Order: sequence, then structure tokens, then C-alpha cells
Amino acid sequence: MTALDFSPAPGAAPFPRMVLAQAGAEVRAMLRNGEQLLLTLIIPVLLLTGFSLAPLIDVGTERRVDFLAPGVLALAVMSTAFTGQAIATGFERRYGVLKRLGATPLSRSGLMLAKTAAVVAVEVVQAVVIVAVGLALGWRPHGSFLSAALLVVLGTAAFSGLGLLMAGTLRAEATLAAANLVYLVLLGAGGVMFPLTKFPAGVRPVLEALPISALTGGLRAVLAQGAALPLVPVAVLAAWAVVSLGLVSRTFRWE
Amino acid sequence: MDSPAVEIVDLVKRYGASTAVDGLTFRAERGAVTAVLGPNGAGKTSTVEICEGFRKSDGGTVKVLGLAPARPELRARVGVMLQAGGVPPAMRCAEWLRLVSRFYAHPLDPGALLERLGLTGHVRTPYRRLSGGQQQRLSLAAAVVGRPELVFLDEPTAGLDPQARHACWELVGELRAAGVSVMLTTHHMDEAERLADHVVIIDRGRVVAEGTPASLTGAERQLRFRARPGLALEELLNALPAGSAAKESPAGHYIIEGLVGPELLATVTAWCAAEGVTADDLRIERRTLEDVFLELTGRELR
Repeated sequence: MTALDFSPAPGAAPFPRMVLAQAGAEVRAMLRNGEQLLLTLIIPVLLLTGFSLAPLIDVGTERRVDFLAPGVLALAVMSTAFTGQAIATGFERRYGVLKRLGATPLSRSGLMLAKTAAVVAVEVVQAVVIVAVGLALGWRPHGSFLSAALLVVLGTAAFSGLGLLMAGTLRAEATLAAANLVYLVLLGAGGVMFPLTKFPAGVRPVLEALPISALTGGLRAVLAQGAALPLVPVAVLAAWAVVSLGLVSRTFRWE
Repeated sequence: MDSPAVEIVDLVKRYGASTAVDGLTFRAERGAVTAVLGPNGAGKTSTVEICEGFRKSDGGTVKVLGLAPARPELRARVGVMLQAGGVPPAMRCAEWLRLVSRFYAHPLDPGALLERLGLTGHVRTPYRRLSGGQQQRLSLAAAVVGRPELVFLDEPTAGLDPQARHACWELVGELRAAGVSVMLTTHHMDEAERLADHVVIIDRGRVVAEGTPASLTGAERQLRFRARPGLALEELLNALPAGSAAKESPAGHYIIEGLVGPELLATVTAWCAAEGVTADDLRIERRTLEDVFLELTGRELR
């Protein structure tokens, strides 16, 4: 048996090491969780493949995959940054994990940074898979990679803000139910699969102000039409991010 | 370094209309094991969680290692074991301890610590599949892995089987020997008597007594026996040496205090024989903290 030296030798690890350790644990937790994988990878890939191959929906004049791939990328961002993060964080709060981590040298800002890094890492995996599947289905993306990346970053910030707002205020079960419901509603009404032009003109302005519509619209403008940087979606996503993250910092309850 | 591990003065904590901690004052010295003993609802967890920085007090002052509990630099110096939970249910046992260890500059080897606590066979077991005792031991491991100066253990042995309790007690003894300050809460008086240098007995949010286990229970021994209720103890007292005391508490349970030795024992048994009384369960023992608690509050500890 190894001798253990319990004599005090306190000290915090360097900040980057703490954040990396926590981010690694968060990524492993996300990739290990079957329901999360269903939401973040399987459903997006099935939607992309199924609706690209089968002429079930009328997306306008473009080839279907060119319309669907940007929408599915946006859906992937929402599933990880919003739905997955809200549910996971809600249950961490419920199980006292956030409280316990608060007693370690990892600060709250370090924890939030780790969560963000983990979300981005999973989004990279999602993007690689979805782009590969899309290319295999004949997708021909145009436009600036940087513009698309900026939209994804803003979308991640907005959806993270909304997810954490839920996780930090509602009961874990309520977060679970609400996050899934919002996911479904935004999947249907956010231009992911069905163009917003198919909706009545009266509700269209409301739908266009949703973060998912801004992200799908923005990505489609860049990747399908080769736009430089669509300013309206950028502004909509930035507004959602500022408002939701501002509310999170005021209302988030750690316990 | 001269400040005590924990110093609490006139601490008050209220939840709505009820007062959980009501003017609590005590200190936990460095390098010592301090046990906060009291029944459920006495205010133990509220007190510890204020010390840990999880809750805000409504009055009084608390200093941990000379600092306000919320100070971030304490996070590296203080180890915490919550009463329950705190670990993601799907997280594997060894994975959690390794994660927590990576937040500290000079952590203990997680593998060796798991071995020490008998968890080697469960390194890949998710937290939710561990037994209650295994979960407690993992939480204890996480509290000490960062080599803290001070450890807060909130009911560390609640729900443990006797073997695991002894493993926990041994670890606390080793921490103390290594110079770590320990503050623990418990409602097991044997745990407090066995582990603590200093015992603080609290009830309804106030300190009712404190001291070393020996000073609280008193040096003198007691003779105890059970017999039919209502014996005429005044007669027995006349036969005993001056300074002896006899009482019946509760009915049918007799306690004789004084110079408890062979002579006193002989006198008591002879008197019982003369009265035609069979004394059951006759034994000589020290007072326990449970007796002290009962005397001070008129209530059972559990």
C-alpha cells in the first residue's frame, strides 16, 4: 500500500489546467450520454440525410441539401449550446455538483469558461460530421468560412445564455421538459427544415427574430448564397446573447 | 498562523421565521479535531455551510484560517465533504477524484487514496451505482485530495457500515497526526468521544457545553443497574460513603456516582440482596456524551 502524506500542502493548480480538466470532464460527459448524442448528432444527421434524399419537403428552387445543410448546422449548435447544456447544468445544480465545485479552487468564471470550451469542442465534432455527410450528399457550400464561424460563435453565446438562464432558475425536471419542448418548437418554426416563407406573413417577423431563425438564415445566406456577412442575423444573435447572458449573471442560482 | 482554524462569534442564521443558529460562539483550534455534536436540526449543517462559504450568516462573525469564509484563496486551503451528493451521477469513481485532484497544486495520488479508502474495486463504477457508504468515502477522498490545511466533514459517517466507519475514523486520525485541522459534525456521541480533541455540543442553534470529551463526561465513573422502579434510594445512600449520589433516570434505571470501587459495589449488591431486588445489567462505566447531552437539554441526542 502506498504511503499517503496528508501533511498540508495547499495550493491551486494553474488556471488553464483547472479549466482544461473541467472542460475535458464535460466533453466526456456529453459524449457518454446517449440522449445527448441522439440530440446532438443522430437527429441532425438523420434529418440531413432523410430530407436531402427524399422529396418530402418543398424548400424552393435550390437543391435540397444546399438548403438543409446550413439549417442542420444551426440545429446542431442549438442542440449542444442550448438543449444539452441547459439539461446538464440543471441537473448539476440539482445534484449539488455546482455547489461542490464551488468549494474547489476552480472559480465560477473558470467553470463557465470550461463549459463554453466543452460546448465548442462538441460543436466542432458535430460540424465535422455534418459537413462530411453533407458533402457526401452533394452539398456545395459557398461563402466565407470566417463569416459562418462568427455566426456560430454568436449563436453559441445566445443559446448558451438561454440554456443557462433556464438551468439556473428552474427546477431540473422543468428545465428538462422545457428545453426539449423549445428544441422541438424551434426546429419546426425556425427555418431549419421549412423555409420561413411557408409561414403566414403575419407571424414571419416574430419567427425571424428567433435566435434559431437568425442562425439558419445567416448560415444559409453565407453558405448557400455566398453573402459576405449578413448583418441582420448578426445583430439578432448578438442581442439575444447580450440580453440572455446579462439575465444569467443576475439570476443564476448555484444551489 | 496564529489565528484558529475556525472562529465563530455570536453567529446567527435564520430561515424565514425560524432561527437555525442563535448566537453560536466557539473556536476550532489548528491541528485539532473539533466535533460539533447535536441532534438533527440543531444547526450543525447551517454552521458548517456558513464556514464553507456556501451560506451567508444573518449576524455575528465567522473567520476561517483568519479570513472571511467567502474569500477565494480559502478554496485551495480548505477541503469540504458535503453531507450528500455533489458528484455527477454518471461520473466514474476514479474519474471524479482525478478531476478534483487536478484543481490543486500538490494533490495526493488519487489511485493511492482510493486504495486507502477501499475503493480500488470500483474505479470505473459510476457514482450512482456506488453504495451509500462508497459514495461517502469518495466524498471524503475528494475533501482531502488537495492536501488542505483544514477539512470540514459534514456527518462523514452517516450511513456507513461499522467497517467503513472505522476506516473513516482512522483517516481522520491520520489527518490530525499530519497536522491537518478537522471540523466535523456528527450526532454519534461515540464518534465525537473517539475522534475529537474538542467537542462542542449544540442544541437549538446554541452551544450548551464544550470541552474535551473527558472534561465533558467527567473523570468519575458510575455504577449502573436496572431493577424494578421506585427503590428507596435514600436508604441506599445512608449505607454509602458520604459524597455519593444515587438517582433513578429513567424509571427502573439506577445510577450511583461517587468513589466507584469494590467497596461501593459490594455495598450496593448487599443492599439489593437485603431488599430482595435483582439488579440486572449491573456495570461500571464513565458517563457518555449522550448522558451529558440528556442532562443538559433533557432530550435524547437522536
